Amino acid sequence: MTAAADQFGIVTKGLSKSFGAIAAVVDLDLEVRRGEVFGLLGPNGSGKTTTIRMLTGLVRPTSGQAIVAGIDVVTAPERVRQRIGYMSQRFGFYEDLTIEENIRFYGGVYGLIGRERTERIAEQFTRYRLGDRSRQLAGTLSGGWKQRLALACATVHRPDLVFLDEPTAGVDPASRRLFWEMIREHADLGMTIIVTTHYMDEAERCGRLAFLSRGHLIGVGTPKEITTRFGLPTIEDVFIELQRRDEADANATA
Amino acid sequence: MSGRLDRLARWPLWSMIWKEFVQLRRDRFTLAMMIGIPTVQIALFGYAIQTEVRHLPTLILDESKTEQSRSLVRALENTGNFDISREVMSRGEITRRIASGEARAALVIPPDFARDLKRHRQANAQVIVDAADPLSASAAISAGGQIGAIESQRLAARTGTSSIDIRVRPWYNPGLRSAVYIVPGIIGVILSMTMVIIASIAVVRERERGTLEQLIVTPISKTGLMMGKVVPFLLIGYVQITVILLVGRILFHVPIVGSVGQLYLIALPFIVASLGVGLLISAAVKSQAQAMQLGFFYILPNILLSGFMFPREAMPGPAQWVGAALPLTYFLRVMRGILLKGAGLDDLWRESVVLVGFSVVLVGLAVRRFHKTIE
Repeated sequence: MTAAADQFGIVTKGLSKSFGAIAAVVDLDLEVRRGEVFGLLGPNGSGKTTTIRMLTGLVRPTSGQAIVAGIDVVTAPERVRQRIGYMSQRFGFYEDLTIEENIRFYGGVYGLIGRERTERIAEQFTRYRLGDRSRQLAGTLSGGWKQRLALACATVHRPDLVFLDEPTAGVDPASRRLFWEMIREHADLGMTIIVTTHYMDEAERCGRLAFLSRGHLIGVGTPKEITTRFGLPTIEDVFIELQRRDEADANATA
Repeated sequence: MSGRLDRLARWPLWSMIWKEFVQLRRDRFTLAMMIGIPTVQIALFGYAIQTEVRHLPTLILDESKTEQSRSLVRALENTGNFDISREVMSRGEITRRIASGEARAALVIPPDFARDLKRHRQANAQVIVDAADPLSASAAISAGGQIGAIESQRLAARTGTSSIDIRVRPWYNPGLRSAVYIVPGIIGVILSMTMVIIASIAVVRERERGTLEQLIVTPISKTGLMMGKVVPFLLIGYVQITVILLVGRILFHVPIVGSVGQLYLIALPFIVASLGVGLLISAAVKSQAQAMQLGFFYILPNILLSGFMFPREAMPGPAQWVGAALPLTYFLRVMRGILLKGAGLDDLWRESVVLVGFSVVLVGLAVRRFHKTIE
C-alpha cells in the first residue's frame, strides 16, 4: 500500500456484498492510486454499480474493508463525504431548479458560503462550459448539458476522488468526447476518477481497468495488459468473450 | 466570524430550506392547492351550514290565538332561522309534515299561554326542530331557546314579572352537536391531511428522481435532511391556519374568543407531528402513489375517531384508544378550547404537552427510520 493510495486513492480488501442469496460482489481486492482514471468494466449485473455504491457509502458491505481517501468507509461513511464526489446514471440534480441554483444548492450542502460559493459557481460554469444558460431550468437541458451540470454539481466542493457511474449513457458522441476531455483535466490536477462504462472507446481512455464478471474481479491492468493477458486484439473482444463466458456459466448453473 | 457562528452558517440545512422554497415557488399547482384546499373546504362547510340553518320552513300551531302568542311567532321569525311556512291545526299534522320533510321546525303555543302570562305565571311554548341533520339544526335550536329569554325580558319590562319558558325539542337526533363546533376542527383536519401528504411526497419524490441518492453522498446529516423538509412546510401549515381563520371569520363569523398567539404556538407541535407522520410514511413506501394511499389511510381514522365528526365519549373502547393515539384528537380540543371557549395555555397544558411529545417522538422516529443508504 503506497502513501499516495492511502491518502488520495482507494484500497479494498475482501470487499463483498450480498443481497439475500445473491452475491453481487465477491472478495474484491482493488488498489487505485491518486490521479488515476480507473475504469470498472463488466456486463450488466457484474457488480460495477454495487462496488461504486459501497465505495461512496451508499451501500453497506456485507464483509471486507474499503479505505477511501485514507478513511474507512465501512466504519466512518460520514467522514469520507466531504472528500468524494458522486455522479449517478440518473444525474442527481433538480430539474425544477436552474443550472445556477443547482450548483448553488450543492455548494451550500457542502458548506460553501458567501463569496467563496459565488466564486466557485462561476468557476464551475467556466470549467464545465455551462456558459450563458445559468437561468435555464435543468429539466429542459439536452443530454450533454445535463451530464456536464451533474458533473459540476458533483465536483463543486473540489473532491479528491470522483465516482462516475455510467456518466455517458444516452449522450451524443460530441458531448461524450467533451466530457472525457474534462475528466482528463481533472485527473491531471490530481483528482482520482473511478468510472464505470459500457462504451469500449471510453474504456480505452482509462489509465487502468478492472474487469468484473458476476461479482468477481477477473483482471486488472492497463488496456494493453488486459488485451495481452486474454490474447485478444481489443478491449471490446475481451468484453464480448467475458459476456459469453458469463452466459455459459449462468446456463450451467441454471 | 467566530468558529461556532461560521459552522452554523455552513450548515447544509440552510441550503435545503432555500432549495425547498425555490421549488415551491415554481410548483404553482401545489402552492395553489395549499391555499385553495382550505379556502374551498371552509367555504363549502360554511355556506352549507349557513343556507341550511337560516330559513328553516316552520309550522305554527297556535292554540292560544292571542296578541301574546302572535308576538312570540314574530319573535321567532325575527331570528332569521325560521320561515313560517304554514299554520297547522294539530300535533299530528306537525309529525306528518316534518317526517315528510316538508317542514323542518314547528312552534307549538298551548291554549293557556296568554292566560299564564296574565296571571304572572310561567308560560310555556315548544319549538320542535328536525335534528336529523345536526349541522342545520344546531343554530335553529339555540335561536329557538333564545327567543324565550328575549320575549320574557320584553314582557317583563312592560308588565313586571312574567316569564316565558321555551322548551326546544330536537327531533331524531337528540345527541346533536353545533356547527361552530365543527368549523375549528376543519383547521385540524386540513392540516393533518396536507401536512402528512406533502411531507411524504416531498421525500419520495426525491427518491424517485434520484436526487435523494445524491444527497446521501453529501455531508448533510439525517436530521438536516428531515428538518429541510419540516421547516418549509411548517410555514405552509401556518399559512393554511391563517387562511382558514380569516375565511371563517370574514364569511361565517366563526368566533375567535381566545388568544390567536397561543393558538399559533400550540399549532407548532401539531404541525411538526403531522409532518413527522408524513416522513415516517415516506420511509415505508416506494412511490408517490403509495405515499398518497397511506396518507389517505391515515386521514380516515383522524376524521372518524378524533372527535371531529362524532363525540369520542360515545365510542367503544378500542375506537377511543385509536383516537387517543392521534395528535388531531388533542389538537381539536385545543382549537375548540381557544376559539370557542376562550381557553388558554393554563387550561390546555395537558393537550399541549401531549402534542409536544407526539412531535418529538414522531420526528425522532422518522430520523431513526431514515438510513443514509439506498438499500
